[in-house]
Amino acid sequence: MRSTTPLTEEKTKILFEKAHAIRQSIIEMLIEAKSGHTAGPLGMADVFTYLYFHALKHDPKKFDWEYRDRLILSNGHICPVLYATMAHAGYFSLSELKTLRKFGSKLQGHPHREFLPALETSSGPLGSGLSQAVGMALAERIDFGQTSGKQIVCLTGDGELDEGQNWEAIMQAGKEKIQNLTVFVDRNNIQIDGFTEDVMPLNPIADKWRAFNWHVQEVDGHNFRALDGAWTQALSVFDRPSVIICYTIASKGIPEFERQYQWHGKPPTSPEEIDIARKALHIVRTMGGKIRGEHE
Amino acid sequence: MINPEQKLNPKIFDNDIEQLPIRKGFGEGLLIAADKDKRVVGLCADLTESTQMHLLRNKYPERFIQVGIAEQSMVSVASGMAAMGKIPFITSYAMFSPGRNWEQIRTTVCYNDRPVKIAGSHAGISVGPDGGTHQAIEDLALTRIIPNMVVISPCDVIEAKKATIACAETKFPTYIRLAREKTPIITTENSPFEIGKAQLVFYPTKNERAEIGIIATGALVYKAIKVANELEKEGKKIKVLNLSTIKPLDEDAVWRLAHEAGAIVTVEEHQIAGGMGSAVAECLAKNYPVPMEFVGVKDKFGQSGTPDELLEYYGMGEKDIKEAVKKVLLRKK
Repeated sequence: MRSTTPLTEEKTKILFEKAHAIRQSIIEMLIEAKSGHTAGPLGMADVFTYLYFHALKHDPKKFDWEYRDRLILSNGHICPVLYATMAHAGYFSLSELKTLRKFGSKLQGHPHREFLPALETSSGPLGSGLSQAVGMALAERIDFGQTSGKQIVCLTGDGELDEGQNWEAIMQAGKEKIQNLTVFVDRNNIQIDGFTEDVMPLNPIADKWRAFNWHVQEVDGHNFRALDGAWTQALSVFDRPSVIICYTIASKGIPEFERQYQWHGKPPTSPEEIDIARKALHIVRTMGGKIRGEHE
Repeated sequence: MINPEQKLNPKIFDNDIEQLPIRKGFGEGLLIAADKDKRVVGLCADLTESTQMHLLRNKYPERFIQVGIAEQSMVSVASGMAAMGKIPFITSYAMFSPGRNWEQIRTTVCYNDRPVKIAGSHAGISVGPDGGTHQAIEDLALTRIIPNMVVISPCDVIEAKKATIACAETKFPTYIRLAREKTPIITTENSPFEIGKAQLVFYPTKNERAEIGIIATGALVYKAIKVANELEKEGKKIKVLNLSTIKPLDEDAVWRLAHEAGAIVTVEEHQIAGGMGSAVAECLAKNYPVPMEFVGVKDKFGQSGTPDELLEYYGMGEKDIKEAVKKVLLRKK
């Protein structure tokens, strides 16, 4: 069920632990797959953890439960974090994570719901997720008016906002005053060719959304309390769609990789890189060796 | 002679045969589909009356979404609505949908296998005065190469209505190709229609073995029948198939016709490359290769003009169909 209680100190600690376990899973998946994206999945691990383990109404044992909230991953390339979070939430076994990008796997290189029906959509080509989220919300409105009990959540990258289709959908959602739609933007400032502000400046990013009649919040994407405050506020906004711009650190959790666009689209491959990644996550996960890590 | 079982318009060879735009049948069919099933919704990109979606909008405003001039978002919004159980129809001009939004159709509709119905209006060169930018002559190729997609190209307003109603009842992503111009009405309400089934509309009098098979689709089915009727008077034995569903192809009907006639002419208002004729050729090359001629656009863009001027200039007039028949007969011997 969707939690309506504010985050307690204790729950925050559990989410912190969970996010690091998910980061460890992501790194192990990428090492095994030998290809895939590192920066985005590690950067968004906290947002995914917050959504799947606190915010969203969903049932891992009954993925097609009619009344679930809908989570649409628009930037499909960060799917390792989606897969890892879903596995940790109980949608499928953790051992399946090692099949990422392999022949016949549920875990396609970019999400495909024919292989993993628990996904709300297939994605990869950027810029289409938000339109689908808008469509889901509009369908709900036809059936339930303003009383839909479902939240439609769409996750996008920041570089992804270069795609013009996003702005078609942003305009539509503003026009329709959709109230049960929340977008989480991964504002990590990087994309494949470099820093977003060099490739195609997005700032003033918040003003852009505001100009399209959205409710805009900017938060630290690694702070569960901040995320919880923003989500709670988004739920209370009834006359417009909400966007939560999450400032995140690309490759969060591995200091040597953090904030570097070079890690957008590749996994750790050399023995040195693999060692750095495992050690860094192990230190955080085990509180510097004080507790036992999940992958030991 | 006209196949009597088809119950075609008895005035088919009259000069004053009634004509209506094929797109009108879509609008009427959509309204009937919406009456029958409340899951049917409509989305349009600022061309509501032109694409005839205003009939649905006027009766069911709450089931109509105006997306503005945003074809890429429109198809993905429709995909999202389909994910929630709706049966969305989207309309624009074929040049923009499926022209501009092809990748979104591929990924968010077909890859997701969601029952979005795409009606591409103003398809073909006969849009006329608007010129080459607005003449979609690639849309059949674009849509038929995507897995899961059904592709229908109705021959007249009545068949368009039936196709629209029928596709609302299937779970498949579907493309329906519509023409803007008034087109002779060759079928009747009683003519058979089934998605995936070719209709034999013309065959040799006395039921003799055909020596040539014409396979036509869309508005040019009328011209194909007219040509067959004239050539029959010259002693040619011709069968004409109305291939309204391009995909899934009625391979059985195509193969049988090739087997009987030994020579095939395809007729379509589309680029020859990748269109209906190509689909027929793919089928016959593996099953029963026979000489073929293709009536269609030969790797060119269109331009402004009247529909008839353009059809003749680009090689899709009655004269061109006749020439193709004669040519393929020579190759047969």
